[in-house]
Amino acid sequence: MLEFFTTLSSQAFLQNAFLGGILASIGCGLTGSFVVVNRIGYMAGGIAHSVLGGMGIAYYFDLNPFAGALIAALLAALIIGTIKLKWKHQEDTTIGAIWAIGMAIGILFISKSDGYNTNLMSFLFGNILIISDEQLFIMFVLDIITIIFMTLFYKQLVAVSFDIEFATVRGIHVNLFYLLLLCLVAITVVLLIQVVGLILVIALLTLPAAIAKQYVHSIGLMMLLASLLGMLFTSLGLFISYEPDLPAGATIILVAGVAYFLSSLLRTIFR
Amino acid sequence: MVETSTSDSAIHISDINFSFDKLSILENINMTIEQGDFAGLIGPNGGGKTTLLKLILGLYKPQSGTITLFGEALKKQRKIIGYVPQYANFSSDFPISVKDTVLQGRLGLTACFGFYNQQDKIIVDKVMQETEITPLAQRPIQSLSGGQMQRVLVARALATEPEIMLLDEPTANIDQRAEKDIFDLFKTINKRMTILVISHDIGFVSDYINKVFCLNKTLVCHDSTPVTSDTIHTLYGGHISEVQHSHHH
Repeated sequence: MLEFFTTLSSQAFLQNAFLGGILASIGCGLTGSFVVVNRIGYMAGGIAHSVLGGMGIAYYFDLNPFAGALIAALLAALIIGTIKLKWKHQEDTTIGAIWAIGMAIGILFISKSDGYNTNLMSFLFGNILIISDEQLFIMFVLDIITIIFMTLFYKQLVAVSFDIEFATVRGIHVNLFYLLLLCLVAITVVLLIQVVGLILVIALLTLPAAIAKQYVHSIGLMMLLASLLGMLFTSLGLFISYEPDLPAGATIILVAGVAYFLSSLLRTIFR
Repeated sequence: MVETSTSDSAIHISDINFSFDKLSILENINMTIEQGDFAGLIGPNGGGKTTLLKLILGLYKPQSGTITLFGEALKKQRKIIGYVPQYANFSSDFPISVKDTVLQGRLGLTACFGFYNQQDKIIVDKVMQETEITPLAQRPIQSLSGGQMQRVLVARALATEPEIMLLDEPTANIDQRAEKDIFDLFKTINKRMTILVISHDIGFVSDYINKVFCLNKTLVCHDSTPVTSDTIHTLYGGHISEVQHSHHH
């Protein structure tokens, strides 16, 4: 147990992992709260998985996979958002299709590149222990972008999430803000992929916010509490996984999952 | 209808036709509501009441016809409308307080960027007092009763400081005593603004309104026609039990 803390104080890779968890948690708290109250976990899942397409293409052409991820995520967010707004009857099927098509494209491109297995595994399940300084900086910038948009348009995003008809009557451009929200989801997904990989993103995006929702009654407080819980889960997951050399991403998700079910159970018992 | 309306009536609807997926919902609607009116819109379910209200709100576009508010096109006038929807527009477990809900009435009037300002909060405090929900201000909406929620929705509409209030079955989900309280509140509000209220209950609203429109795809009666059992028969096709219970006494 002591080894974790001595390594943390001396080794850059563990410090980066720790900081990466903190930065990812900020995004997951802010955006995750909106994902939970809008019940768009499935759409967020579609965005997260189709990101593999962008990562694969970027990787094949020897570009930065996370730039590819960001472009693919934003593109998927806009396509899925437009389908949701204009083509409601087919929503479910179409999101599922984009989800799978994105992954298929990714797998094709990665399979034709070197290092198929290791890279595919780290895209799918993340590797918090190899976060570079440059990646940390990108995560920091993505957090700042998310915070700026959330602050500028907090009241519109809440209004659109709460009662879209009333927001329309008040003259809010609801479609625009809906797409903005999905783009913020896309940005956050890319943030989280570095920590837990794209398969497990949805859990980290929704579980801390879902726990927070059980205790507080405003989106702002939900964001704060969800971010703090995210920090707790990523740090605790990292700590638990370190000595037995378990995959950190999966451990983090299990910590969050156990916390979610414990919290739900406690709320049911003590209501 | 006696066409005394000048174009600067509070609500002026002329020759509106509206259909949805080729199904005709409203035909040939002409309607004038003057400033200061407390108008009731009644009719059977599926008769198009809510659709007409949503046309006035600009949520739907009519296939033909025009709607003006105080002589101006709808687009310019959105800011002067206060809107109280039927209860079930949002999930009741949404994490939001009463005060934050009422503040949403300020959208479109307050600054585009950032949070609500001091003036918004002053107006919201005032309308919460008027609707008697000040003690509930910090309560999450999921803890409210039907009657309390209805007052929150009215307060949210009033926070807009509208000149016209559109209310869609504002008392559909609450008990009779609360219903009377709410309509007494509307009567007070009516002193400073025009009101159009949808109701399924002619007997009850007739104590409050000064004008009535009966809608079943087309306007079956309006304020210059006395409401007789014949009109009611045309309107509801004979099922008048719904309108005969005058439970408000």
